[in-house]
Amino acid sequence: MDFDLSEQQREIQSTARDLLAARSGSAAVRAAAEARESDAALWQEIAQLGWPGIAVEERYEGQGLGLVELCVILEQTGAALAPIPLLPSVGAALAISHAGSEEQRQRWLPALAQGSATGAVGVCNRDECLLAGSTDAEVFVVFDGDRSARLIERAGAQAQPIDSIDPLRAYVEVAGDGEPLDGDIAAAFGAVSVTVAAESVGVCQRALEMTLAYVKERRQFEVPVGAFQAVSHRCAEMLLHTEQARSVVYHAAWASDAEPALLSAAASLSKALACEAAVSVTASAIQGHGGIGFTWEADVHWLYKRAQLNSQLMGAAGKHRHRLAQALGIAAAA
Amino acid sequence: MDLTFTESERAFRDELGAWLAANSPGAEPAGDEDAHFDWRRQWQRRLHEGGFAAVHWPAQYGGRGASVVESAIFFEELGRSGAPLPANVLGLLLAGPTIMLWASEEQKERYLPPILSGEEIWCQGFSEPDAGSDLASLKTTAVRDGESWRISGQKVWTSIAQHSKWCMLLARSDTEVAKHKGLTYFLLDMQQEGVTVRPLRQITGESEFNELFLDGALVLQENVLGGEGNGWKVALTTLMNERAGLAFFLQVRMRQLLDRLIEQARQRGRLDDPLLVDRLVGLHMRCEALRLTAYRGLTAIEKYGQPGPEGSLTKWMWSQANQELCQLAVQVLGPQALREGDPWAYELLRSRGNTIEGGTTEILKNIVAERVLGLPKGR
Repeated sequence: MDFDLSEQQREIQSTARDLLAARSGSAAVRAAAEARESDAALWQEIAQLGWPGIAVEERYEGQGLGLVELCVILEQTGAALAPIPLLPSVGAALAISHAGSEEQRQRWLPALAQGSATGAVGVCNRDECLLAGSTDAEVFVVFDGDRSARLIERAGAQAQPIDSIDPLRAYVEVAGDGEPLDGDIAAAFGAVSVTVAAESVGVCQRALEMTLAYVKERRQFEVPVGAFQAVSHRCAEMLLHTEQARSVVYHAAWASDAEPALLSAAASLSKALACEAAVSVTASAIQGHGGIGFTWEADVHWLYKRAQLNSQLMGAAGKHRHRLAQALGIAAAA
Repeated sequence: MDLTFTESERAFRDELGAWLAANSPGAEPAGDEDAHFDWRRQWQRRLHEGGFAAVHWPAQYGGRGASVVESAIFFEELGRSGAPLPANVLGLLLAGPTIMLWASEEQKERYLPPILSGEEIWCQGFSEPDAGSDLASLKTTAVRDGESWRISGQKVWTSIAQHSKWCMLLARSDTEVAKHKGLTYFLLDMQQEGVTVRPLRQITGESEFNELFLDGALVLQENVLGGEGNGWKVALTTLMNERAGLAFFLQVRMRQLLDRLIEQARQRGRLDDPLLVDRLVGLHMRCEALRLTAYRGLTAIEKYGQPGPEGSLTKWMWSQANQELCQLAVQVLGPQALREGDPWAYELLRSRGNTIEGGTTEILKNIVAERVLGLPKGR
């Protein structure tokens, strides 16, 4: 048993962290948020590095690595709130990999893997509709729930942008018949859910780090406010939520790569737990920053907003907790 | 990252599972606490004969030199089998490893074998009425008396002191220096005049803990561990060992309690209540998060020699989840669960100690804040 990143996975992690520190710092992110635009140059750069295709098989021109490696990257893009359509593209690619026909894979995966096309992914049914991705996406993967999904090309999609509170990612609602995805929908739904959870771990980590920096610096009553237990214990709780989320997310990612029979339950566990953690941790980050945390000028609100959207994307916690109840054999009869 | 168990880890689990299936501790004696302790002492003898009393000890001292993962597997399987912890759990988990690190070869030969066999039971004399979380402020004094020491003072929360031959005792040997520097670690013979044990009745009605009164109790110089004035450092070794293996036993026991609650809720037709189902799912999520986080901690210890940030969190997670589980059980099962003698009534009351024993949640949060997050010392 080795519950730790490998050398190669650590290298991917530090490459991503360094690149995003240089290219997606606070000022760049703020500019993208104000303009509500993604960073096309950064997208080009990460596409050349192969990030969008990291978990796509080599025969479809991806790098043939697994969901663990993808989650390592998504944790970093989540922490940096990088304004690039990575999650919607890799989500669409994962769904097509798991649930698409050979023809659908050949048609979409190479372009998604290379970043020449972007995707959109999410859940759309009669109750709700939320996809991550922009109206410019070439392909929309629409889950009805965890049992069926369809693929809609841009030409056949009626896509409406959603003006959400999270300006650092485009969201869209989409209508159109498209074509069904007939493969392993449960695995597709699980894998995409894990990507959202992984990004949320990054959001937690960043919110914690920003809060720690602030409470060590900010002084009241002649001491750093982080010396007060009411503050420091809140920070300890933020760490608890973050680390628990990290544990369940990497377990689920590993399951997808190595023990697919465990994926469905592990994915819902990670989606529900990590997204609830991100909401709680980012709310604590605002509180930990005091009045400053409530201002537009401080960056913590971007994290809180992303946490809220991630919480809804691919089904809210209640849906995933219900799936866990089903897996445990205790789901209440409808 | 590979979360499968290795072939040798699986072989160890299989061997242990087969042994546990063939060797049961027998029915748990009800009522009498001495009989209960004897039952656990018998159980330790069986474990010892089977070579499973202290799998984490090096082979040269009678253990199996088990890896941290194998040691975790041992406690998971022990918990799963329904068997109790061995009687000398403090000797096996705390005194043994501390002695291995600090004692002379002669002392190791003297003390380790009877710990393993359960012949000599050990207790831990650290906490005092006025030194709980602030352990280093303890007041029990050690005064030189020729070639020996005389110990006087009061200890509290001393589990199984009434059954113990030896006590890991921390006392103040120098009142002139800073509080952490004046402490010495002694191996105290409990069977002598000057040592009085008084049971401390807890909210469950039973007495797991005792008060320990020391009135000029004698310790020979050779039973100083780690040298005079070095007690704090030696004590930290003991405290570091406290949380390692037990976490897996407790984690499995909590899982079993949750499964029992789910079964009882099902029998009472309560699973058509979606609010209850969601709360059960919430506890399942916490059990899983705890299990996986504990596994991550093992990898950190194995690869880097010490737990990562997640290592400080598992006791905190377990204690709070276990309390909520017990409270939910009472809500589900109703007044029946509050009758004296009902297993859930016992679990409910006992669980209140979980967030206090072995470091209160407040102290754990301080430790996380200061040592993991690098926040300034609290106030």
